Amino acid sequence: MIAYIIRRLLYAVPILIGVNILTFWLFFVVNTPDDMAHMQLGMKHVTEEAVDNWKAERGYDRPLFYNEQQDGMSTLTDTIFFDNSLRLFVFDFGQSDDGRDIGYDISERMWPSLALAIPTLIIGLLVNLTFAMLMAFFRGSYVDLSGVILCVVLMSISGLFYIIGGQWLVSKVLHLVPISGYQPGVDAWKFLILPVVIGVIGGIGSGSRWYRTIFLEEISRDYVRTARAKGLGERLVLFRHVLRNALVPILTGVVVVIPLLFMGSLVMESFFGIPGLGSYTIDAINKQDFAIVRSMVFLGSVLYIIGLILTDISYTLVDPRIRLN
Amino acid sequence: MGTLSKYRLLILCSGLLFVAIGLIVAAPVKWVVLWTDALIFTLMVVIIGTAWMVRSRPYLLAPWRRVVRNRIAAGALVVLLSYVVIGLLDSIHFRELLPAQEGSHQQHYSSNTLSLLDKLLTPIRIQEEKSYSAPFAIQLFSKESLQGDDGTTVRDYPRLQYGGAHLADISQRKEDITNTLLLASSYALATWVVISLLVVWMLARRHGQSYRQQFKQLIRGEMEMPWCTLLLMFLVILLLLFISMMLGVKYHIFGTDKVGQDVFYQTLKSIRTGLVIGTLTTLVMLPFAVVLGVAAGYFRGWVDDVIQYIYTTLNSIPGVLLIAATVLIMQAYIAGNPELFETMEERADARLFFLCLILGITSWTGLCRLLRGEALKLRELDYVQAAHAFGVPQNQVLSRHIFPNVLHIVLISLVLDFSGLVLAEAVLSYVGIGVDPTMHSWGNMINGARLEMAREPMVWWSLMAAFVFMFILVLAANLFADAVRDAFDPRAVR
Repeated sequence: MIAYIIRRLLYAVPILIGVNILTFWLFFVVNTPDDMAHMQLGMKHVTEEAVDNWKAERGYDRPLFYNEQQDGMSTLTDTIFFDNSLRLFVFDFGQSDDGRDIGYDISERMWPSLALAIPTLIIGLLVNLTFAMLMAFFRGSYVDLSGVILCVVLMSISGLFYIIGGQWLVSKVLHLVPISGYQPGVDAWKFLILPVVIGVIGGIGSGSRWYRTIFLEEISRDYVRTARAKGLGERLVLFRHVLRNALVPILTGVVVVIPLLFMGSLVMESFFGIPGLGSYTIDAINKQDFAIVRSMVFLGSVLYIIGLILTDISYTLVDPRIRLN
Repeated sequence: MGTLSKYRLLILCSGLLFVAIGLIVAAPVKWVVLWTDALIFTLMVVIIGTAWMVRSRPYLLAPWRRVVRNRIAAGALVVLLSYVVIGLLDSIHFRELLPAQEGSHQQHYSSNTLSLLDKLLTPIRIQEEKSYSAPFAIQLFSKESLQGDDGTTVRDYPRLQYGGAHLADISQRKEDITNTLLLASSYALATWVVISLLVVWMLARRHGQSYRQQFKQLIRGEMEMPWCTLLLMFLVILLLLFISMMLGVKYHIFGTDKVGQDVFYQTLKSIRTGLVIGTLTTLVMLPFAVVLGVAAGYFRGWVDDVIQYIYTTLNSIPGVLLIAATVLIMQAYIAGNPELFETMEERADARLFFLCLILGITSWTGLCRLLRGEALKLRELDYVQAAHAFGVPQNQVLSRHIFPNVLHIVLISLVLDFSGLVLAEAVLSYVGIGVDPTMHSWGNMINGARLEMAREPMVWWSLMAAFVFMFILVLAANLFADAVRDAFDPRAVR
């Protein structure tokens, strides 16, 4: 098991190098530091001097890969690539374009993101499973049919509609909770409950429909017929046999997103004014702060790869037939 | 179908083509082909060509028949087609000839690029008010200082310049709307009856039945194709078309936005953007996904390793962030090279095209992985092994045996991705990394109206119009995609 994890982590290294080179290429070769300076300082009426100053402040005036003016190791280390890309590997994110420490910002903003994302995931999973179970239990009947129709309709509604409609109904008409904002500590629930509920409702359509398909696939298996032949009731069959076996494909989808919860949900956080990583990223996009976007891309890929490894491990936990080697 | 009717069809088609070319040459306009237009027309040619090919091959036609025989899918198809017609009309662009100036023989073209749809919607397009007005309103949404006849100033809601301008006062509005509704419905009904009779006549002739017999069969739903559903859906579309057009020139049926533009016009213009993002995104990356996916599965070994590495790397970057990063860079590029784009529309269109490319880059990996798996499975099958044993060259095995057998996966993923991409556009435009802010799109409409949520009373019509149009398109696409998947997926239980 441990050997397997170590091997998977080693496999991750070339992928992360690939991500790193890709982002470096996008941010420094396709889009040169000159372009960045122009974006930040305004497109026109910018003197060469101002651009050079801006670049020098951030160390973008150095060569990309190889610095001829230095000697020894410094020829490789005193470059943009080493400073801005390789440092990411030790999670040293450096400074944003307006001079703040990105690592500190991320560690601060991580918590609101998690406070929003974890309840949404857990409640959403439970609700979807319940709905899917109901539809599978009444399969082929009108309950099932109307459930599926409801799912397709819910799926077809834009996520923005749930957010805007929810804010309007709950906060503006009923005045139950504040429209947006955040407060650290216990009072946070007032601000979090609406986004969580909306997140759950927004996910019901696709989620429960997908789980229903998985359940129905399991129900048509031989072991289910055996269980029924033994005289087990439908409820026991569903919970004891079908649910357990259906967990394997469901886990693939869920575990892989767990690490990504840190990243927050871009749209949710910015609509509800929650100071998490999602709104951090949106702000960076709007401010055109390339340093932050680059760090978030790297962080996101690391978390995704961790998610993949976790998925494989969780397989062995729910299904003893699967062995990792 | 006999040879005679085939010739007749050919003559008809070439005649239509001739007329079209004549119109294109003769019209006093400068035709503009934007990047996405070119791609849309290529796509149309490919679709028509494929349809022609499928028609003559029963084994290819069978799954499509299964799709259309499904009542829900047939209804969804009618809805989708009406969206597509609007989108196509909006894809024929030109610049109008400006009136010649005194003493100059040089021809000047307007810097405004119009589309055929703009031309058709001319009254609705140019009837701009000063600011917000509610649906069917005849007054502005907010009060203004008005000069009375006797010189005094009063704060009141000023009358709209166009919306309901033919009415003396608001009490006549209800009657006027009802009259227009009735008139439009009767026109629509009349058109529908004529067309339905034509359809029944055509069907009766094809099946060699009497007219009355055919009619009975159709109403009882005893036909192979759900003609009844198709015709009813067509009636709904016709009703909506006539009502919206006849009311639309008199009132702003969905109200007006902040700068006084008609929201109904904006919604119709947004259709093209949604369709372009939904279809072209998957199509531009399709060659990559197919070639790489099939190659990885078929050749295995180091080819497989390299391709797997590429798509795992791309896949491990969260989609939104990759899109954000690339869109930022693209913005910098477009802003830095303004000389490349002659008009504002061309710039916005270039951005739309890039957005499709970028969305494509983030979404092709899933299809590639599916195709790899399928190719891995296919290469071990007997008929492929037999082809190898007979010494069929590898490229022929790939093109004759592997490629046609993965096409159903391509088709299924194409239709399944469509609705997700339409919805994604709205979110991306909201985040600020979507289409150009000057382009009409549902995302931009929602984004613009979102800030007016706080107004009291609320400005809800822009939001509602965008959501309703998006919902209908996505719902129809979802229903159609389900039918396509059921018909084409060999694993599906029938």
